[in-house]
Amino acid sequence: MSLSTATINRSTVNEKMMKTLKSVFNKVTNTLILPAVGIAIFLVLWSITAASIHTSLGEFPGPNAVVKQFSALYDEHNTEREKAEAFYDRQDIRNAKKLAKNPDFVVKTRSYTGKETFFDQILTSLITVTSGFLVAAFIAIPLGIWMGLSAKLNSAINPIVQIFKPVSPLAWLPLVTMIVSALYVSDDPMVSKSFLTSLITVSLCSLWPMVINTSIGVSSIDSDLLNVSKVLRLPTFTHIKKIVLPASIPMIFTGMRLSFGVAWMVLIAAEMLAQNPGLGKFVWDEFQNGSSDSLARIMAAVVVIGFIGFLLDRIMLVLQRKVSWDKSSASV
Amino acid sequence: MTTTNTITNTTTNITADNNKMIKEEAFLNISKIDMAFPTPSGSFTALKDVDLQIKKGEFISLIGHSGCGKSTVLNIVAGIYQATKGGILLKNKEVNEPGPERAVVFQNHSLLPWLTSFQNVQLAVDQVFSKTMSKAEKKEWIEHNLKLVHMDHAMHKRPDEISGGMKQRVGIARALAMQPEVLLMDEPFGALDALTRAHMQDSLMEIQKELNNTVIMITHDVDEAVLLSDRIVMMTNGPEATIGEILDVNLPHPRNRLALAENPEYNRLRSAVLTFLYEKQRKVEVMPTAKTAEKTDIEQQKNNVA
Repeated sequence: MSLSTATINRSTVNEKMMKTLKSVFNKVTNTLILPAVGIAIFLVLWSITAASIHTSLGEFPGPNAVVKQFSALYDEHNTEREKAEAFYDRQDIRNAKKLAKNPDFVVKTRSYTGKETFFDQILTSLITVTSGFLVAAFIAIPLGIWMGLSAKLNSAINPIVQIFKPVSPLAWLPLVTMIVSALYVSDDPMVSKSFLTSLITVSLCSLWPMVINTSIGVSSIDSDLLNVSKVLRLPTFTHIKKIVLPASIPMIFTGMRLSFGVAWMVLIAAEMLAQNPGLGKFVWDEFQNGSSDSLARIMAAVVVIGFIGFLLDRIMLVLQRKVSWDKSSASV
Repeated sequence: MTTTNTITNTTTNITADNNKMIKEEAFLNISKIDMAFPTPSGSFTALKDVDLQIKKGEFISLIGHSGCGKSTVLNIVAGIYQATKGGILLKNKEVNEPGPERAVVFQNHSLLPWLTSFQNVQLAVDQVFSKTMSKAEKKEWIEHNLKLVHMDHAMHKRPDEISGGMKQRVGIARALAMQPEVLLMDEPFGALDALTRAHMQDSLMEIQKELNNTVIMITHDVDEAVLLSDRIVMMTNGPEATIGEILDVNLPHPRNRLALAENPEYNRLRSAVLTFLYEKQRKVEVMPTAKTAEKTDIEQQKNNVA
């Protein structure tokens, strides 16, 4: 009797252990092993396919060539930095000498004019996309809130939004370039024209998802919450601050994430044509350069562009989780 | 010419005085309201000639089948809807917009999900007492109201961290904190389980005894109506719904649900409401079969005769 209970107990314990083991195993498989397998298969397919494609610039780069170019780009970056440092050292010494000779000498410092490295270009791209996105958000969110609050304004503006939303950045770019050249005339420009052109193009394209999502978020607030506000006779500004904004934050963030994705895609195209020193220009320059390494370098840029896009989305997600009260809406 | 004018003037004055006297008696006067909603297929008259005078401190239940316009009446009193005809007078002043003196407890609590219980009540207190209370007084007042509904232990929890009954309590605390002249409750306990509901009814009686609020409550629950009300207002089925019967509940306070179960007066009132709802105003559910269609026709004829 006691023996049989013991066996039953042991078997249930064993079952429990098996269950936990299984769930741990499933977790590991889903989060680590399966993605790794997917990537490995992709890399193999890539190598095989790449080896069989011959272009005028040589064989299409496989994963190996791309990794090699990554380290080459990193080395170039370091040498360029060393050169810059050497330049500034020389300049300082020269200026010090001139000052020693002539105390009235006005010191002139010139900045180093070497070419931007891959990493400089990444930084430029990040600055441009963030500025463009912020400009868009600054316009889109208040506009979206206003449209969400007023059905009449929504009816008036919605057609315009729907028509401009699908327009490609490449269509805007010539127009923006001409307008910037015509209007942005200054002897001592704060930012370069190419930067401004890319920025405006990015803003124009990333505006719409934010406008649409914000206005939908605001117009779909639970009518009970609006009635609470009415019963309390909240003044308009308090109403927006205390009820409308928090209630629509999840939707606003969804729009912002969509917009940031659009902005990053648009940016590469805009930089290519506007010649703003960023990742897009890097790709274009390499393409024009046409060396045997070019394709591998472009492929390296593609990988980096993908990773940065992914990272930006994750940053937005983390931000959303921090700001929004509705944690369920901040899912991957 | 002048004499006739004076005469007619005096007569109108007299009738006006008469009206005034009737209206002055009523703390809240729901005066012959009609409500029509525009629909694509023409105007739909939801309410017709709803007329009700309520005294200060009275507890009124509105009962009727779903879709009969109980919520519409409440929303008109709240000022969220505007009656198409007739109007609402609160202390002889016309009501035409929502305001904190007619606080509403909504059916699904409608707490702001991003605020804690304390902050939800605070939103109301900050707005209503912005000039009359100091910061410390406001804090004390918020805590007092949360204590009143026994929610002081979960003041700093958000709505998604507390149960449905607790959310409804906070909703009530928020309404009470506005110190309303009239408390409007739209099926406040409809979404709660039976035990929690009984508990909430007891709390509400306790609060009502302490504060002597004027309350209009919508309910589907016959026992709830009899237990809590001074008068039960029973509404006919829509469209063109109106007040069918008004039942005075003269049961002594405080009321105890267990003791009342065997009280003959309680049972008489209860069956009166049930009779109204399930015999006189039987909701006809039309099924799309020939047989039931015939049957309902006969029933309607019977109703018409009655």
